Amino acid sequence: MSGAGGSRGRLHAGKFTQPAQARLQAARSLRKLVAGGLTEQERDRTVTTMSSAEPTRRDFLYIATASVAAVGAAAALVPLIAQMNPDASTIAAGAPIEVDLTPIADGQVIKVFWRGKPIYVNHRTKKQIEEAENVDVAKLPDPQPDSARVKPGHSQWQVLIGICTHLGCIPIAHQGPYDGYFCPCHGSIYDTSGRIRQGPAPLNLALPPYEFVSDTKIRIG
Amino acid sequence: MVIARTLALAAALAAFTAPARAQEHDTATPPMNKWSFAGPFGKYDRGQLQRGFKVYREVCQVCHGLKLVAFRTLAEPGGPGFTTAQAAAIAAEYQVPAEPDDQGEVKPRPARLADYFPPPFPNEQAARARYNAVPPDLSVIAKARGYERGFPRWVGDMFTQYQEQGVDYITALLQGYQDSPPAGVTLPPGNFYNKYFPGHGIAMPPPLTDQRVEYTDGAPMTVEQYAKDISAFLMWTAEPHLEARKRIGMQVVIFLIVLSGLLYFTKKKVWHEVKLHPEKLTPRPPTEYPRT
Amino acid sequence: MSGHLTYQPQNAFMQWMERRLPIAGLVYSSFVVYPTPRNLNYWWTFGGILSFMLGVQIITGVVLAMHYTANVDLAFNSVEQIMRDVNYGWLLRYLHANGASMFFLAAYIHMFRGMYYGSYKEPREVLWILGVILLLLMIMTGFMGYVLPWGQMSFWAATVITNLFSAIPLVGESIVTWLWGGFSVGNPTLKRFYSLHYLLPFVIAGVVVLHVWALHMVGQNNPTGIEPKTDRDTVAFTPYATIKDGFFMVVFCILFAWFVFYIPNFLGHPDNYIPANPAVTPTHIVPEWYYLPFYAILRAIPNKLLGVIALGASIVILAFLPWLDTSKVRSARYRPLYRQFFWTFVIVCIGLGWLGSKPPEGNYVLFARIFTVYYFAYFLVILPLLGKIEKTKPLPNSIAESVLLEGKPIGAPAPPPPLAKA
Repeated sequence: MSGAGGSRGRLHAGKFTQPAQARLQAARSLRKLVAGGLTEQERDRTVTTMSSAEPTRRDFLYIATASVAAVGAAAALVPLIAQMNPDASTIAAGAPIEVDLTPIADGQVIKVFWRGKPIYVNHRTKKQIEEAENVDVAKLPDPQPDSARVKPGHSQWQVLIGICTHLGCIPIAHQGPYDGYFCPCHGSIYDTSGRIRQGPAPLNLALPPYEFVSDTKIRIG
Repeated sequence: MVIARTLALAAALAAFTAPARAQEHDTATPPMNKWSFAGPFGKYDRGQLQRGFKVYREVCQVCHGLKLVAFRTLAEPGGPGFTTAQAAAIAAEYQVPAEPDDQGEVKPRPARLADYFPPPFPNEQAARARYNAVPPDLSVIAKARGYERGFPRWVGDMFTQYQEQGVDYITALLQGYQDSPPAGVTLPPGNFYNKYFPGHGIAMPPPLTDQRVEYTDGAPMTVEQYAKDISAFLMWTAEPHLEARKRIGMQVVIFLIVLSGLLYFTKKKVWHEVKLHPEKLTPRPPTEYPRT
Repeated sequence: MSGHLTYQPQNAFMQWMERRLPIAGLVYSSFVVYPTPRNLNYWWTFGGILSFMLGVQIITGVVLAMHYTANVDLAFNSVEQIMRDVNYGWLLRYLHANGASMFFLAAYIHMFRGMYYGSYKEPREVLWILGVILLLLMIMTGFMGYVLPWGQMSFWAATVITNLFSAIPLVGESIVTWLWGGFSVGNPTLKRFYSLHYLLPFVIAGVVVLHVWALHMVGQNNPTGIEPKTDRDTVAFTPYATIKDGFFMVVFCILFAWFVFYIPNFLGHPDNYIPANPAVTPTHIVPEWYYLPFYAILRAIPNKLLGVIALGASIVILAFLPWLDTSKVRSARYRPLYRQFFWTFVIVCIGLGWLGSKPPEGNYVLFARIFTVYYFAYFLVILPLLGKIEKTKPLPNSIAESVLLEGKPIGAPAPPPPLAKA
């Protein structure tokens, strides 16, 4: 089989110049990689084409072909991986939503969904705002002042992602000793600012990206 | 046997002449038009797509839905080229059912970008009651229609990349109405005579007349132009990614040609010694065979 | 190869691995040093092309399955969503749909190659029969796959083909109801077709393993039809066959890409872009092009049961080919009379395909019947007779000799050597 090239290889080995011999070795080790490990003897015998004139051009051709094929294989992977990313309709469904604040009465909490997540929009009473602000921030499990959790000038509006930071249940609004949120799964208790006070949850309830497009309308997302 | 092969060929050729007898209708063949999106470098003409969209809105959408097309796609690259704001404004002109309110009532709300074109009738029965027929949804109609190209034209189509049977048919159909059917042809009541419609009796009344839709870009306001524009728009609704497909196709085919060239020369190099001196292959003792 | 035919691992990890699961050794002996006839032409690449296409179909299919919904109300729209919204969804769908056509094109060429060069003859009968089984599995897979988009042709092709089983006497109707899971093609049918369409390609992959195993037991046939006798007749699979196959596979991919990117709906039918409507039958129900010859044979027979039997027989008869062909000479290169009938057979198959696309009226039916007669006569009459009466050309003494002297034998024409007994 490839014995032919092999015998010729042995015959020709001595006729090569030093740099050509080095390149020859390089080509041989490449083939060794392909063939998956051969003895020195086998390598000699399995060496195939041995153009004594231009080993450089032959190597370049092999390297060029292999690289172009590798580029093709990588390019072929792109659509296979990209198709698992959210498709256009999912992205559109996850587009920002606008919430009209006028129907929400003082002290009322509504729940909307954005990107599959429950969002609480809480119209806080004056009492709740005071309780949220008059707190020693340093003593909180997850220190954060209330001002960092509302938009300036709109402290009566609390917008939170209603997912407990412990293991992901949805806390119930207007519950617990702080009139904040209470998670029924493992007993985490949040205050009127959505900050964790007691229970296993490590962090305050997260805030979604949102902004006020007007005093009575917010855009979430 | 040469005789056997000749007989087979003669039979085949004879079969090709059979079509004239086998066809029930003499439906006219739609003429082939020049389309900007045809061929390997085809692209949609944005102006044409926008004009076609205008024709859809002012003429077709009364009866025909576009339920697979989302408003956001109007602003996608490779489409009519509206901005996101324009697409949102277009969407807002349509009413879609909202989520049920607190009483459980479903009220209409203006459509958003994520919504799809709402259907002109709630279900098929309502359509049939109104029109005596069900106007088909137009989302993929440019791919759902075509005409027999016949041998050997379809062989040539593989090379010329002719894929526009649908739009050629639609364009011809929209211009193919005749006021009265030819002598001896009776149509079912309520149908109109159309040269290109199989069976010739179509339930759709001729939808286009000259000057029916106003074009502000100077394009002629003729039935022919309307037919072409709406067909181009319908090609886009059917194949919104046509431009990307052809662009990537060019890259892929060129890449493959380059790679096959490299592989060809690699193959020649690898086989060189074997081809050059086949007699020098080392003979192996025959005891090595059979392989198992 | 004058060196080792077995893999000798060099590094410690490979030695450790080889002792426990000698995959590397298997790959080495099967695809690196495996002796391959040196005179194979490009018709022999189609086996590799088929393996590649199976991979393409499985990969694109699995990925499409992430987005497709098998429900009569949602299927059509889910396919359109793939085309419009899924990133590169249009590409994956067109690859899969046109890939099926490429798969069948390669399979038919692969089979015609086998028939021309006598690759089905002793000792390759089981190899050939496994191939016929693969064809049957492909036909089933392709049929069920076409139903999934739930277009007009999907629905009506499913109706027509499942109704064929009602031709079976006594149990026919029950079988059809069982297949449908209902009283007509509907949601249960679609769901089970989806499940089986996902399953069968892996069954095909398993049978392909058997097919390649059977091949490696007896070795490739070659254009002369003579078995390799010495080392001069063969070359190592890698790099010789690898690079030759690699080159031609890429050329085949150019054809594939041409369809996918430029004429993706050429091989399909416009009616399948109309959502399925059980109340409206398309004017002409036609299957995809690769089923047309069988469709023509089915319709050529005026009796329903006999038509179904003829349809099945037209595929099953292939399995008997090794025994129907009585010639002692394998390759058509040396069988000039056989060649004539072979090419006529090819024209008949293509003709049947064309006729399958035409309405079953007038001359179309007549020619379909004539061609069907030839199709079966080729296997049942012509091949058995030919082997006995034809005068074959003298065979070369060896593969190496045929390559060396371009097919001309040395000295006096040698009689065909007796085929080695298994």
